[in-house]
Amino acid sequence: MTPGIIAQHAPALIIALPLFAAFATPLIGRYSRQARDAWIFAAMAATAAIAAVLAYQVYTVGTVVYAFGAAAPHIPLPIDSGGIPIRIIFTVDAMSAFMVVTAAISGFAVTLYSLISESKLTGRDGFYALLLLLITGILGMVCTGDLFNFFVFLELNSIAGAALIAYRNDKGVAIEAGLKYAFLCTIGGLFVIFATALLYGQYNALNIAMLASRIEFTMLDKVALVLLLAALAMKAGAVPLHFWTPDAYSMAPGSITALLVVASQAGLYGVFRVVFTLYSVTLDYFAVGWIIIVLGVLSMFIGVTMALVQKDVKRLMAYHAVSQTGYMLLGVGVGLAVLGQQGLMDAYGLVAMEGGIFHIINHAMYKGLLFLTAGAIFYRTGTRNLNRLGGLGHSMKWTMIFFIIGALAIAGIPPFNGFASKLMIYESVFLFNPLLAIIAMVVSILMLASFVKVFQSIFMGPRLPEYADVKEAPLPMLIGMGILAVVTVAFGLAPAWVVDQFVAPAAAALVNQSGYIASVLGGL
Amino acid sequence: MFNNLPFIAAAVIGGIGLTALLFRRNIIKMIMGVSLLEASVNLFLVTLGYRQGGIAPIFTNAPEGPMVLPTVQAMTLTNIVIGIATTALLLSFAMMIYRKYGTADAGSIRKLRG
Repeated sequence: MTPGIIAQHAPALIIALPLFAAFATPLIGRYSRQARDAWIFAAMAATAAIAAVLAYQVYTVGTVVYAFGAAAPHIPLPIDSGGIPIRIIFTVDAMSAFMVVTAAISGFAVTLYSLISESKLTGRDGFYALLLLLITGILGMVCTGDLFNFFVFLELNSIAGAALIAYRNDKGVAIEAGLKYAFLCTIGGLFVIFATALLYGQYNALNIAMLASRIEFTMLDKVALVLLLAALAMKAGAVPLHFWTPDAYSMAPGSITALLVVASQAGLYGVFRVVFTLYSVTLDYFAVGWIIIVLGVLSMFIGVTMALVQKDVKRLMAYHAVSQTGYMLLGVGVGLAVLGQQGLMDAYGLVAMEGGIFHIINHAMYKGLLFLTAGAIFYRTGTRNLNRLGGLGHSMKWTMIFFIIGALAIAGIPPFNGFASKLMIYESVFLFNPLLAIIAMVVSILMLASFVKVFQSIFMGPRLPEYADVKEAPLPMLIGMGILAVVTVAFGLAPAWVVDQFVAPAAAALVNQSGYIASVLGGL
Repeated sequence: MFNNLPFIAAAVIGGIGLTALLFRRNIIKMIMGVSLLEASVNLFLVTLGYRQGGIAPIFTNAPEGPMVLPTVQAMTLTNIVIGIATTALLLSFAMMIYRKYGTADAGSIRKLRG
């Protein structure tokens, strides 16, 4: 039965399908453009459908494990293996499924959008192949249950990302951004594999669940923890390793930037996975929690203050992205700081974590939307300079509406999704430490201020003579933006349902280290 | 001491790579630094799996005695392949930057600021 087979092998297909589609794209592109575009769209739609199937399984049945190459892939430990997971195993728990859904929605909207936004430019075969590879990298990072496999997908993510940032070279400036990103990601990747080697050398395992069950927090483990956190925080774009974000986000094509946001969040997922699942009980929660909180607050504050002075609209949004990452770190950091103290966890720790995790998907949606609108404006006018733009509200009405939705969501205005997750963060963080909550609110106000400025200078004012013949963005680009806008509004209108159905299980899965271990190794 | 020699070598190579990366301004030399770092990680991995007097881990007609660990060797191979991809990407970026800017000096490639 075909549906049964698809459901059973969903964790493998979710990687195999975009990977195969990526390498087939240039081949098909040699013969027909229409066929290639249809192929990419079909491949992405199928990937998103499999993501939905996988997420449905995880949310209804529980953690899905998949052992590659095994006769019975759902059994992670073959009987003759002696209780050691010898194969590469994908462990998709609720947190992974949550990230898979985020990546699938974003990836689908971006693919649809880029089919038009790139249609006038050269070298599209390679562009779409890299786009699909980037999606594969993201999905692999969040699904895998194997530390070395995580490194491989991290590198796939980094290489495809760097190549896409530099794809439209723009007199060399984009290559500069791509070079910076490639250097940082390569060094970060080497940190990760060195840390993996340190852990393997001590515990003879690469499987995250196996490592988590054996880890003792020796001196070498501390070194490995620092290396992993540094590399993944860099990938997530948190202060003090944020300096690549404005360059990369501003120089990449608009559609790619929206996806790079998700790629960064896969790094953030890595931070959470390492801290909560790999190390968990061995950590000094309070100290590590506070380190993450401080990183979060610094990211929030530095990001928003740098954003206020920017003139390039995408550079401004990029600094806001740094700032938003800070909220997620703050929320989850507070959860980590009180982990193990059940009373405080029930009082506000879990809510803070849910807020932080909810913010991940919200941010991917509204920030992706904002970057896509910026891309649409660039597509029609050819500039990103705020001082030269103006009066576009007359001609690009839909783009303006989508921009307003995104801007209000990022500033945390009800009824949009940013409000829901920020409110959860404010309330819970206030109970933990009022000062942190006040900083978070001030940052939010600054964010609103800067987006009012952007809105005013792009859309308001009289119709400018140089943009007299500017038209609305083409329909597929509007649909791409529309998908993200609908999700933004829907999550804002029914936050309680989303939190109960998707976010709370994800937070619970993250906290539940023994559950993660048991799903692979069996027993408790 | 003698047994630890490969680890020391890995540390020295990594140190040279890091120094090149941090203190050289020429992009090509920085890329060489990245390659050295990578080589040091690879050496570390292979050394980690080495057993005194061990033979290659091929079970067909294998003589008695210890074998070296195969997993780290597989990891090293993967890392070498990834290393080739990243180095090629970095070098092609360097080449295009040289074409557009006429220089490979990291200090003068600063159009993106603020």
